[in-house]
Amino acid sequence: MTDGMQDYNFAYLDEETKRMIRRALLKALAIPGYQVPFASREMPMPYGWGTGGVQVTAACLVPEDRLKVIDQGADDTTNAVSIRGFFARTAGVATTERTAEATLIQTRHRIPETPLREGQILVYQVPIPEPLRFLEPRETETRRMHALEDYGLMHVKLYEDIARHGAISTSYAYPVKVAGRYVMDPSPIPKFDNPKLESPAIQLFGAGREQRIYAVPPYTRVVSLDFEDHPFEASKPDHPCALCGATDSYLDEVITDDTGARMFVCSDTDYCAGRRAEGAA
Amino acid sequence: MSPLLQVEGVTKRYGARIGCEGVGFDLWPGEVMGIVGESGSGKSTLLGCLAGHLTPDTGRILYDAGAGSGAQDVTAMPEAARRRLLRTDWAFVHQNPRDGLRMNVSAGGNVGERLMAVGARNYGAIRARAGDWLGRVEIDGARMDDRPSAFSGGMQQRLQIARNLVSGPRLVFMDEPTGGLDVSVQARLLDLLRGLVRDMGLSAVIVTHDLAVVRLLADRLMVMKSGRVVETGLTDQVLDDPQHPYSQLLVSSVLQV
Amino acid sequence: MIRVENVSKSFTLHNQGGAVIEVMRGASLSVAPGECVALTGASGAGKSTLIRILYGNYLAASGQVLVGGVDVARAPPREILALRREVLGYVSQFLRVVPRVPTLDVVAEPALAAGAAREAARDRARALLARLNIPERLWPLSPTTFSGGEQQRVNIARGFAHPYPALLLDEPTASLDGANRAVVLELIAEAKARGAAIVGIFHDLEARAEVADREVDVTAFATRGARA
Repeated sequence: MTDGMQDYNFAYLDEETKRMIRRALLKALAIPGYQVPFASREMPMPYGWGTGGVQVTAACLVPEDRLKVIDQGADDTTNAVSIRGFFARTAGVATTERTAEATLIQTRHRIPETPLREGQILVYQVPIPEPLRFLEPRETETRRMHALEDYGLMHVKLYEDIARHGAISTSYAYPVKVAGRYVMDPSPIPKFDNPKLESPAIQLFGAGREQRIYAVPPYTRVVSLDFEDHPFEASKPDHPCALCGATDSYLDEVITDDTGARMFVCSDTDYCAGRRAEGAA
Repeated sequence: MSPLLQVEGVTKRYGARIGCEGVGFDLWPGEVMGIVGESGSGKSTLLGCLAGHLTPDTGRILYDAGAGSGAQDVTAMPEAARRRLLRTDWAFVHQNPRDGLRMNVSAGGNVGERLMAVGARNYGAIRARAGDWLGRVEIDGARMDDRPSAFSGGMQQRLQIARNLVSGPRLVFMDEPTGGLDVSVQARLLDLLRGLVRDMGLSAVIVTHDLAVVRLLADRLMVMKSGRVVETGLTDQVLDDPQHPYSQLLVSSVLQV
Repeated sequence: MIRVENVSKSFTLHNQGGAVIEVMRGASLSVAPGECVALTGASGAGKSTLIRILYGNYLAASGQVLVGGVDVARAPPREILALRREVLGYVSQFLRVVPRVPTLDVVAEPALAAGAAREAARDRARALLARLNIPERLWPLSPTTFSGGEQQRVNIARGFAHPYPALLLDEPTASLDGANRAVVLELIAEAKARGAAIVGIFHDLEARAEVADREVDVTAFATRGARA
């Protein structure tokens, strides 16, 4: 353990703040998909770098936790590395890159490929929590629409997609209806991940700048909005992973040289590495 | 048969100033009622109260949704029920189409919204109905995917009407529906509205200061002054044989209609 | 079918010092089904006023105006509207229509309003327009651009588009040529034959003699007195 523990409270935030956030989390879990306002704190990182997710993680962490942090599926990007380092230093918790070993995973824009299990918590970083914002800029109005379950507008957005592009072109932050009640923005995960929103794990969403927390409790029904004649499809690039050969994982397109050569590789680095290790073994 | 709408003693004040006071009338299925009066006479306030945009201080607005449910006081309805009414059984045509349209959504999406709001989930069927309605308001189906910002004022107003009528409402509120349009465009719109009102058996409340509009559209007329109703009756009777001093002044003040 | 009892009418001109002009008093009239009554009297005696009172266009000050059992002087607007839709037709001297509406639809409208099917209403409109010698090329055009005589014939066609049991005719043959005048007189005779009660104003004496069963001189009801 580093000296950090003498300088910071456990997991950086003071206990009062964590209690405030936990109350918001409990309310969010009690009303799946509902956006609970909370008094977001200034964090030692800029907005857009996961301040909402970090606060939720801080409120959930206990010393026994093993933390994993991913950014677009990868454990080794700047954002993931720095947040992991932040909690290693301020909470002294163990960290891991293995999905299966983690008890708490903070993520930006992905759900891990390895199926989550009971007892795990997945914390999402959310830039814009309001799924109706695209068509209705007034917060007072969107809140009323949620309250009255007035969601025609959400389908107008999908209608516009089809009218303009011939198909629902929304490929990330694809809106879902949670537990048959609230329409929710699952954060900018690819729509490929939407089916994984129905999970045994607890899923918590934190939006720092917008000061909102929402949640999907384990085993909650999550339906991606669509039309009968344009059904939802969890699509991904039609290639196998160039490194591990997986055909069931979400892929990133990587440009490999100046002449436009490219390859498709698993966006989930842990999943890819695990498969390659197995193959090698 | 019973009245579709029963309005009783509706009063709305803005502080000490009277918006409208003690207004009451019955509107029967298929009837079109005009409300005329000069600016500030309270006609728009009254329309706002009737359509659920404003909450009256006192009075009742009973609406009979049919199906044997009996008349319900709209002012006492839970907001969810009132909103459902507003997007299914009722419609509101604003004077300025920008207030009644989503300007960043295509014409088809604008018309389809009410259908989707009540659960339509078949894209092809929604589009077919939107196309049908664009035709009924004389907008070329080829413009279905254009945004209303690319439309002329008359087209925008017709689009607003299609957007409102697609859900097959029974009661339509219109606030100066022909205001701000060229005279030639007005005639076309009036003709369209008249046909739709007759074919769909619509009831309507139309607020306007244009007596020619009510002469051609409204069965009955209500004349308002300083927030109060000063005269009611058959449209042609009120216009041709006005009884109240203010109605006489109003009728004699305009060029022959 | 039509019964007027002791009707009076006055106009109060509020914006001219509240002057009250009483124009009619003690007007009484009765018309049986199949009967045509012509209103006579000098210009200004109140013939058009009485017709307008019968139609509910003017408000009677007192008395009863019964048309098909409805008291037009007192009935609520919707009863009068229903009466006008189904029972009481009116051919005024002026055609008042929404500009741009084709003549064919203008003529078909009363039948549609009375509940006829669209094509049946249009067929009837075509037949009437043809009889009244409105050239077929004009049918798709709005009558607002027509000559006075053509407009008058369109107006008459409208009045006969639905078989009203009661009809009010205000100078139906004015400004018509001989051939069209004959058609209008035929239409009136046919309406009488099917049992319509008709009240009309005919300045055309020959026409009046041909269709009217009785004459009622409204001069007897006129008062022409202004009371301050």
